[in-house]
Amino acid sequence: MPPLLEISELTIGYGWQPPPSVIAVRGVSLSVAAGEIVGIAGESGCGKTTLALAAAGLLDPPGRVLSGSVSYQGTDLTSLSANELRHLHLAEISMVFQASMNVLNPIMRIRDQFHDAMAAHGVHSSDGARQQAEETFDLVKIPRRFFDAYPHQLSGGMRQRAVIALAIVLRPKLLFLDEPTTALDVVVQRSILQSLDELRHQLGFGVVFITHDLSLLVEIADRIAIMYAGALVEEAPGRELHEKPCHPYTTALMSCFPPLGGPRQRLQGIPGQPPDLRNLPKGCPFALRCPEVIAGTCEAVDPPTVWLDGDHRVLCHLFGEKAADVG
Amino acid sequence: MNWKALLHNRRAVAGALIFALFCLVALLAPVVVPYSPTDINFTPLLHPSAKHLLGTTINGQDILSQLIWGARASLFVGLVSGALISLVQLVMGVFAGYVGGVFDTVAAAVTNVFLVLPSLPLLIILAAYLRGGGLLMLVGVITITGWAWGAKVLRSQAIALRDRPFVQAARVTGESRWHIVFAHVVPNMLGIIVSNFFGAALFAVLAEAGLEFIGLGNINDITWGTMLYWAQEGDAILLGAWVWLLVPGLCLALLGTSFGLLNFAVDEIANPRLRRD
Amino acid sequence: MVSTLGLPAETSEGASPELEVRGLTKNYSIGRIGRQKVVRALSEVDLSVEKGEVIGLVGESGSGKTTFARMVVFLERPTAGEILVGGRTLPRRPSAHRLREHRREVQMIFQDPYSSLDPRNSVRYSVARPLRSFGLVPRSAEREAVEELLDQVGLVPAVGFLRRYPHELSGGQRQRVGIARALAAQPSLILADEPTSMLDVSIRLTIMNLLLDLQRSRSLSLVFITHDLGAANYMSDRIAIMYAGRIQEIGPASVVMSEPKHPYTQLLHQAAPGPENERRQGAPFEAKGDPPDLTSLPPGCPFAPRCPFVQARCREALPALRQVGAAHRVRCVLYD
Repeated sequence: MPPLLEISELTIGYGWQPPPSVIAVRGVSLSVAAGEIVGIAGESGCGKTTLALAAAGLLDPPGRVLSGSVSYQGTDLTSLSANELRHLHLAEISMVFQASMNVLNPIMRIRDQFHDAMAAHGVHSSDGARQQAEETFDLVKIPRRFFDAYPHQLSGGMRQRAVIALAIVLRPKLLFLDEPTTALDVVVQRSILQSLDELRHQLGFGVVFITHDLSLLVEIADRIAIMYAGALVEEAPGRELHEKPCHPYTTALMSCFPPLGGPRQRLQGIPGQPPDLRNLPKGCPFALRCPEVIAGTCEAVDPPTVWLDGDHRVLCHLFGEKAADVG
Repeated sequence: MNWKALLHNRRAVAGALIFALFCLVALLAPVVVPYSPTDINFTPLLHPSAKHLLGTTINGQDILSQLIWGARASLFVGLVSGALISLVQLVMGVFAGYVGGVFDTVAAAVTNVFLVLPSLPLLIILAAYLRGGGLLMLVGVITITGWAWGAKVLRSQAIALRDRPFVQAARVTGESRWHIVFAHVVPNMLGIIVSNFFGAALFAVLAEAGLEFIGLGNINDITWGTMLYWAQEGDAILLGAWVWLLVPGLCLALLGTSFGLLNFAVDEIANPRLRRD
Repeated sequence: MVSTLGLPAETSEGASPELEVRGLTKNYSIGRIGRQKVVRALSEVDLSVEKGEVIGLVGESGSGKTTFARMVVFLERPTAGEILVGGRTLPRRPSAHRLREHRREVQMIFQDPYSSLDPRNSVRYSVARPLRSFGLVPRSAEREAVEELLDQVGLVPAVGFLRRYPHELSGGQRQRVGIARALAAQPSLILADEPTSMLDVSIRLTIMNLLLDLQRSRSLSLVFITHDLGAANYMSDRIAIMYAGRIQEIGPASVVMSEPKHPYTQLLHQAAPGPENERRQGAPFEAKGDPPDLTSLPPGCPFAPRCPFVQARCREALPALRQVGAAHRVRCVLYD
């Protein structure tokens, strides 16, 4: 059975006229299986949102897939027409954006927004749309009485839950979440994440979870991919990435989160800035900031993808010949 | 000021050229005009010819001379009213919005009252009451009826800006209220303020012409509006004097268009992001 | 020696704290006439910050931490309470002159680097403004002073940054400009309102380290406001936890982090993302309810609706801050 989502050597650029002025994603490959949570972590400009949009079939011009493919259950999404994509959205592939609570129309009751969305996919009131929506409310732990309310009558956390409910009301198989809890309080964030985890087990959908907060992913993701300047620099199961990060960027990123306990030590951030995507330097994009840079190699030659133990890969010269020694 | 970028903006350049042309004509009117605009010694209702490029009116005046002279009035009323209206809007809109409190509450109430007053009837009534006052009267009347809407718009912008962190940072840095309004609030609203100015100027030009057309200005002034009045009075349509009827209107339209085109220039100046380095 | 507020005096006898706040309260009225509600954003907050101390103010939305900062910086007038800076009381309605003096001593760093700088002003202009408005350097020396400030915040070479505009800078660079601007006034107290929450993760530490270095080298008092417990721990000597406009727990950072007493503090610990399992041994996370509604706070403890240890007497009266350890105080019936 083909994986739920298969991204293969995807390259995405932005620009109204060829050649594109910015390459946002370069040669990224990633797959997601049903019931799995794959996390994509990176900072602003790394391309994670662009990747998600393309993978969900939501990439609009000036963004364009330049090469590679995205397959949903074996079907190449880039070959589908706008209409076919529209049928897939919400019913099979769904997405929740950052600060989604602002996505809710403030002058429409929540139930009307649900009915709208469901009717667009052929599920009408006569077919028990309301029933299904209310059941979804139960799943995301919102009291049913809020179904008839206006968005402003719900708190921020509840609105975000409502938007998640909207995203899963038609029981999609693949759910994209782009920083779904960043705008929320940490306590509310925690309970929403918990609900998401439970839902994933109950309903069996695959999740792509995009965030800058690596510490969050380490907790909930089955696998984590790290992106930097458009490239996927490391991918591993969550636990393993935390215990044995290989790519210097991953290691540096992990140490950017001040711990809650333990002795207080001075930490270093990562000095410098991400490269300008319009003028990407040759070789590894992280070379200029890398504490373990190999002079002469890293800035000149593109790093290879190296597989360490079958499910852990890294895009780095440090592991080129030493693959067998790591692990 | 990024003049180079300005020159690349074709609409702005077009608008500027037309506007400059009108200004030039208006300023140099006494020099450029072929005949005295009030001279009634010519044969009435002549068609355009070499001696009278646009023909003559029913009273025997040279139309081209009148047209040239009329530019002065329209520009004067347009720009002066525009400036006065903008000034009132700055105080009642921008300053009131920024300062808040009692001043703002009162200013907003006054603005709302003026908004609700029907401007066209008010314009007509005031002009009729102050009959014979000429251009200055028109400027006054137009200013009184034309400031309210723009002030409301500017006020909401100012309020939005007031809450922006960089304005609050300016307060924390110890800057005075006036300084903040002129150095931070106004420059960040420049686009809309200038756009309001051109809108007001356009309104003024058309209002003036309109009032004069219905005879409420000083009908002895030479302006585009009064030209239309006299054309109407002289049954120009019936007599087939198309040129007489058309050209003042055309000039009004062209001047108005130049204001609109100049608006395009505003964004270029106001937005530092558009500056090319 | 313990001061009247039950706080230990960490400085030598007679030295007053850099900042002292007593009974600070702020209420907002919202809604139309006839249907007005009162938002109790801040209620009777007492706090003191010693010279050279970093205090972390931790709370979520509605906690009152940002309101606190705005009161101290006097962007808005408090409803009640006193603010003392360097021992001097700030009058309820300060004269323009007195307010300027206050502003010279107390500066603020804002959260959003993208909107805390006037997009139309160059870096040089933004950093020079405080120098000018407080008359700190003669015009001829202004450029040099600006360059030195930019140097100190790590924008090197300074001369290259003078003519740049905010949109040409990264988030981290903009925040450095904001810090330079705050320092230009030569304040003795700085309030940093979530200065890193809108920056990329890898930049946050560099900015935090910068603040720590500057604070130490100039003996500044710093109030570091954040919702991130980890960041507060990294930066602060003492941490104060705020909820519903009041301080619920306050103590040395190491103590509040290792032995949180208030149930809300414990909740924050559990909720913080991170792989450390030790925190989550035991009951799975159960956070009922939502952040408090500041227009209708229940009587008694505001955290009662969500507290896993709630008792009947929690809803009767608001507990007072009680000492539970050296310099550690908690507002909870469990420790009454």
